[in-house]
Amino acid sequence: MIAMQNAAHVVGSYVVTLGGIAVYTWRMLAQARKAAREVPPEDRSWT
Amino acid sequence: MTSTQLPETTRPAHTADRRPTSTRFTRVLGTAVIVGIGWLVLFGLVLSPDDRVQKEGVRILYIHVPSAWLAYLAFGVTGLSSIAYLFKRTRNLTWDRLAGASAEVGVLFMGITLVTGSLWGRISWGTYWTWDSRLTTTAFLFVTYIGYLAVRDLGGTHQQRAKRSAVLAVLAMLEVPLVHFSVKWWRPLHQQESVAEGKLDGLMLFSLFVGIITFTLLYVWLVMHRQRVLALRDMVDDRGLDAALTARRNEALEAR
Repeated sequence: MIAMQNAAHVVGSYVVTLGGIAVYTWRMLAQARKAAREVPPEDRSWT
Repeated sequence: MTSTQLPETTRPAHTADRRPTSTRFTRVLGTAVIVGIGWLVLFGLVLSPDDRVQKEGVRILYIHVPSAWLAYLAFGVTGLSSIAYLFKRTRNLTWDRLAGASAEVGVLFMGITLVTGSLWGRISWGTYWTWDSRLTTTAFLFVTYIGYLAVRDLGGTHQQRAKRSAVLAVLAMLEVPLVHFSVKWWRPLHQQESVAEGKLDGLMLFSLFVGIITFTLLYVWLVMHRQRVLALRDMVDDRGLDAALTARRNEALEAR
């Protein structure tokens, strides 16, 4: 387990990484939902 | 009556679409990524042992190195997609959107690399930042790709955007080897390649591979979704342009 001396830096690096990915993903999916309101499903080549 | 109160039969199907960029494949991939992240946290923070020299600081390696790898991969894909767009035989806006999506994900992971490296530097070197060659070239690469994303948003037609950003991406890709080999060419404070030189083994090496595989799957998932968001935005732009042209034509007809 992590010694207390550097725990803030080690755990902080994981929090920054996973938090950054989560915020980016949330923002991207929100943009997708917003744009999709104006594009019917039949126009989306991946569906 | 608002659209949310309309009966199901009269409501446009796409207004109720909560996951417009999702497919069965991305859902399976997304599940694998969540499981991988769980493993990464478990092995990285709990199960893997401390290093003899770096002590618990080595745990940052399991996210720092995969982030850097992913940024290189992303910028490489951006460069190759841009080359594909610039060739007339393969010219297609799909390449441009792939380049843009990959660059955006690359910037995210390059930023994570810089932050985690800085936190690791505080443990190893006693400082968050030093102007050594690896850190400086990495920061320069990060700023270059932020510039690339800014250039993509300058406006114009989709084709104009694609062409100017493709040229920039090909030039920017030349920086990637400079960053990677900076530790060999200039002998900076930043350590040499630990994995290639066999300095990791056992559970440490396994934890690092969990990180690399998970982040690679995450990259594929993010780029697939982001590329589809960019495609949706292009379609919205095209629809807006079509609507404006129709309105202008109608105005002209009414004026006669």
